[in-house]
Amino acid sequence: MMAQYLLETQGLGISFGGLKAVENVSLKIKKNQIYGLIGPNGAGKTTVFNLLTCVYKSTTGKFLLDGVEMKNLSPDRINQKGIARTFQNIRLFNNMTVVRNVMVALQNRPEYKCSILDSVLRLPRHFRVEKEMRAKAKELLRIFGLEEDRNNLACNLPYGKQRKLEIARALATSPKLLLLDEPAAGMNPQETEDLARTIRLIRDQFDMTVLLIEHDMSFVAELCDEITVLNFGTVLAEGDTQTVLQDPEVIRAYIGG
Amino acid sequence: MKIGNFKLRHYINYIVIGILTLVLGTMSLTGTRFDNSLLFLLEKVAISIILAVSLSLVVGFLGELSLGHAGFMCVGAYLGGKVATLLVPMLGNGPLTFLIALIAGAGAAAICGIIIGIPALRLRGDYLAIVTLAFGEIVKSLFQNSSDDSFGGSLGLETPRYDKHYLFILAFLLVLVTLAVIQNLIRSKHGRAITAIRDNEIAALASGTNVTKYKLLAFTLSAAFAGVAGVLYSYSNYTVQSAKFGYNYSIEILVMVVLGGMGSINGSILAAALITWLNTKLATVLTGDLAVLQNLLYALILIVIVIYNNAPALKGFRDKYNLGALAEKLIKHDPARVKDDKAKWDVVPTKISMDEILSVDLVPQDHDQGGSK
Repeated sequence: MMAQYLLETQGLGISFGGLKAVENVSLKIKKNQIYGLIGPNGAGKTTVFNLLTCVYKSTTGKFLLDGVEMKNLSPDRINQKGIARTFQNIRLFNNMTVVRNVMVALQNRPEYKCSILDSVLRLPRHFRVEKEMRAKAKELLRIFGLEEDRNNLACNLPYGKQRKLEIARALATSPKLLLLDEPAAGMNPQETEDLARTIRLIRDQFDMTVLLIEHDMSFVAELCDEITVLNFGTVLAEGDTQTVLQDPEVIRAYIGG
Repeated sequence: MKIGNFKLRHYINYIVIGILTLVLGTMSLTGTRFDNSLLFLLEKVAISIILAVSLSLVVGFLGELSLGHAGFMCVGAYLGGKVATLLVPMLGNGPLTFLIALIAGAGAAAICGIIIGIPALRLRGDYLAIVTLAFGEIVKSLFQNSSDDSFGGSLGLETPRYDKHYLFILAFLLVLVTLAVIQNLIRSKHGRAITAIRDNEIAALASGTNVTKYKLLAFTLSAAFAGVAGVLYSYSNYTVQSAKFGYNYSIEILVMVVLGGMGSINGSILAAALITWLNTKLATVLTGDLAVLQNLLYALILIVIVIYNNAPALKGFRDKYNLGALAEKLIKHDPARVKDDKAKWDVVPTKISMDEILSVDLVPQDHDQGGSK
């Protein structure tokens, strides 16, 4: 069965006490799309991400991944169902090497199953799985140009590479949908361009659907097929990127007035 | 030195302890009569190593501060001691009784580990430390106030006397088992998951890691081995008294782990052996009027070690005379090979420096969920 939309949220909302942080957000993201989620600071963009990754439980509405409703899941289960994310403030396993950062994400896939007993008794399966994972991790790192750095500690990587490693780690869980929270934040124009190339490459090579939050409007305009604008927790505008970005309502929300 | 998947450097601690056990064990079995105080010291060292290595799983690798390790040991000591006392008339005072007592003690401690592991899923840092501290004290006073015919009450529980010339061999074999289980676990995907939780729990969750499972696993396994140490203790001391298992002892175990460098198993082993030896030596050297100096000197030496443990000169010395690297050099001196091996050397988790430990553990971690702005 092929659902019409890879991700569909229906009236998604959450309130903290009396504060409605996100209200009635309905997104429709087609497979293989790069979709942008923009809005002024405090509009609730990251909260939407936290709802989609089950960090918060929505108080209203629901969302469907590939036509299946996702409910009552923990963050690790939703990841295994196929939604992976990166964080606004980079969250790597700083005291682990680059290759091990990726392996942590790889190892929850069913094909790398290896019980605690297998590992403690060092049964053949342990060695096989470790070898396969290491090879797979290297392959992923090569795509992101991080292969040379694989034995460095994650915390010793330059900022741009840390961002890339976070994306590589998210991809290692083989998701259907990739959520990127301000991937270009703090990057120089050169790095931003490089990142845009990488995101397109991911879409094409992994047949991936990407939902991203970003403040860099030229980046969004260049990369996203469609966007949704949030303001004060509600949808202000949605649709084709160029049309939405020229909408006077959207411009007013950004500039004020 | 690498034969298939076997890297000598990874197993140097087994080899050293294995050889030591083999040599001393053969000497003892073939009739060499060791001094009783030496045998007692060896048992104590083995117990300390098991305690330190098991605690390092929770503190060094999972990154949670536990101050109740002596409590788990206490459960193991009492339950194991009691089972042994009950079984001796039936099965005799042999290895079978010891094994059953061991399983009973480790099992009981593991159950307590699960019970403590459950709040550990919700609490972290200082708060978890308080819960574990309370657990240790509760266990201690429960046994202290038990009736005389159950666990001996305040007089303590009398346990069977086992031949000292065999016991230390059993103790060292158990050290090897502990090392095998914990080290193999840590150097596997499961250990990687545990270390990932330490580094960033939210990111570990977002990468699909079952944090609940791994936290419970670490607490349970760590408690089970503390139970093993407890059973050994009850066999080694003939009598188990709850006063021994106060928070002071928990902290002494924690000191071994911290001194050895968090996240370093070999460090924990060395520190455990060193501190135990130091303690015993101070007690025998300083007698009479000088006995008051025992605690003072012990504390002083610890302070000096903590200050100079990470001194550059000492670090350089340790890197240069690293036992694993040295053994590899002796077997095959090939600079290219050594360099190549260094590049592959990414299996053992990295050490965290003393400064980080001191700053990280006491400062509450950030709890924001992805930094909503």
